[in-house]
Amino acid sequence: MTALRALTAAMAKAFVRDRMTIFWSVVFPLMFLALFGGLFSDRSSPRLDVVAVGSVAVLDQLPADARAQLDQSISVTTSDDLGGSLARVRSGAVAAVVTQDGGTVDVHYSRADQVRAAQLLATFSGLVDATNLAASGAPPAVSLHTAQVEDTSLRTIQFVTPGLLGWAVAMSATFGSAVNLVAWRTNGLLRRMRLAPVSTSSVVLARVGVSLAVAFGQVVIFLAVAVAFFGLKLTGWWPMVFPLTLVGTLAFLSIGLLAGSVAKTEEAAVGLANVIVLPMAFLSGSFFSLAGAPGWLQAVSRVLPLRYLNEAMLDTMVRGKGPSSVLVPVLVLLAFTAVLTAASARLFRWEP
Amino acid sequence: MGVRIDVSHLTMTYGALVAVDDVSFAVEPGEFFGLLGPNGAGKTTALEAIEGLRRPAGGTVRLDGHDPWRRDPSLQRRIGVQLQASSFFERLTTREQLRTFGALYGVPPARADRLLGTVGLEDKADERTEKLSGGQRQRLSIACALVHDPEVVFLDEPTAALDPQARRNLWDLLRGLTADGRTVVLTTHYMDEAEALCDRVAIVDEGRLLTLDTPAGLVRGLDAPVRITLAPGALAMDQVPGIGGVASAEEDDGGLVLTTREPAAVLGRLAARGALTGLSVRGATLEDVFLHLTGREYRS
Ligand SMILES: Nc1ncnc2c1ncn2[C@@H]1O[C@H](COP(=O)(O)OP(=O)(O)OP(=O)(O)O)[C@@H](O)[C@H]1O
Ligand SMILES: [Mg+2]
Repeated sequence: MTALRALTAAMAKAFVRDRMTIFWSVVFPLMFLALFGGLFSDRSSPRLDVVAVGSVAVLDQLPADARAQLDQSISVTTSDDLGGSLARVRSGAVAAVVTQDGGTVDVHYSRADQVRAAQLLATFSGLVDATNLAASGAPPAVSLHTAQVEDTSLRTIQFVTPGLLGWAVAMSATFGSAVNLVAWRTNGLLRRMRLAPVSTSSVVLARVGVSLAVAFGQVVIFLAVAVAFFGLKLTGWWPMVFPLTLVGTLAFLSIGLLAGSVAKTEEAAVGLANVIVLPMAFLSGSFFSLAGAPGWLQAVSRVLPLRYLNEAMLDTMVRGKGPSSVLVPVLVLLAFTAVLTAASARLFRWEP
Repeated sequence: MGVRIDVSHLTMTYGALVAVDDVSFAVEPGEFFGLLGPNGAGKTTALEAIEGLRRPAGGTVRLDGHDPWRRDPSLQRRIGVQLQASSFFERLTTREQLRTFGALYGVPPARADRLLGTVGLEDKADERTEKLSGGQRQRLSIACALVHDPEVVFLDEPTAALDPQARRNLWDLLRGLTADGRTVVLTTHYMDEAEALCDRVAIVDEGRLLTLDTPAGLVRGLDAPVRITLAPGALAMDQVPGIGGVASAEEDDGGLVLTTREPAAVLGRLAARGALTGLSVRGATLEDVFLHLTGREYRS
């Protein structure tokens, strides 16, 4: 018991006193959170700049409330210089030039930016339709009402937080066990400990304990920052993140154990852990959603433990699904842990 | 208190290399035993087999009748080991290292802290181990081997990086261990150390046990002449035959060197002639035995 406590304390101190490890496991993922959640968030389309040359009745005679609505998507300036304005469209400085000759509205735009072009055309055809309808005096036969399927508050941060958190937990668990194992083997501590009356399970339990504490610390810091600074809204089931982090940490500790059993130097262990975790993070939807990914990619991601961790985190933290939704991911992660731990036990070496 | 060590026909191999070749000896409880031999002789390999760190390719090792290769915690608690390459936990201070190693054996922190003083590292108690000097690390490694008050201690070149003060202090510490009835086995390249500490020494080379005896017995067995050195000019070369009993004489810048098997008689006659200026007398030492047995060629 004292051995377990002492080993845990020694590993914890080694972690806390290593600035680089703290940077990679805590600060680095937060930088990604800021990048994805802060910079790329709220991709509500920017307003389009439109130049009205001459009098454009469809714009000028719009009722005040309709005009206010229109101003949310386009910003209109006026000019008398048609040629100069067209040149500005070509250069991309403005989105379009609008003129009106009697009953014909001309929209001059560039297809260089297709999203902008589509948005522009939709706006103006809607505007023309509405004007026609108003001129006929008839009530609209059909009215369109749109609603997003997600919670209206759903923004980029909601999607990126669970995946980035999964990646952060995976990374520090893998590196923690891989580097620890190789360091102790190469500096001879492993063989020295073999002479002491310490069971292998004490060493493993100490590593699991420290890695779990680190992972829970990551979760708390990560979620606190996401909620406080990036407006993350958690559902009532968010505490499920803790049991998920537990099994996720076990799975990635076992991956690190395998990497550490194979690698001969600390550098090789770090490289190997990177080669495993980084592609897995991409393929498991940590950095972008897999919703639009091709079928084969989806199939590949189904064999990766991180995919299960990420999805279960998204389901419970953001989509509000209950504990039953994590049953399969938890079992998959535990099975993964069992298989990899058995494999590393076969490859384990005491000697450098 | 004290553990009996029985090594019987021990053979250790690394692939095709036979590092220890059919070595047998026994160490009594309370004995101070030295393992000497040139680099690569197989000392560390043999020691690690006795500690239970390597599995013998042939033969047996028994510590009080137990096989050390089976990791038996009750036996491990009685064994203290300082390996040739010291190894510590990363980023811990000197005090924390000792406490951690102590805790592995269920030793309370206060006892671990006392050992800091024993090896003279109180000043470095709160220093990270990475910042210690080579000799300080060596002392910490020895302290870690002794922290749980073991009954048998294995030390692989414990004084390798130590300054003369630390070396003498360690000698006192180690003598205290066997005085209490503990068994100590050490390897060293310092013959004076082996002579000063060991009850018996084994000399090994190329994996084979060449000889095993008390240091005094080994020196006696060499039956080497005594070397008498005199200052230049104390005695002329042509006066040497007149002394009698001198086996050989040689003159160089350092003076005249005589060898003899009758040192008492020769010294008496030299004194009678008043030719003792710059006198130094040197009998054979363990080093002579060692070089005689293992030769002067470099080992790989
Ligand atoms: N891990 C190893 N793998 C292969 N060969 C080894 C290994 N360790 C030692 N040897 C070889 O075994 C022989 C004995 O080595 P050992 O370390 O036991 O010598 P030693 O007597 O302790 O030497 P030194 O005085 O230099 O410490 C040497 O030839 C060495 O090259
Ligand atoms: Mg050696």
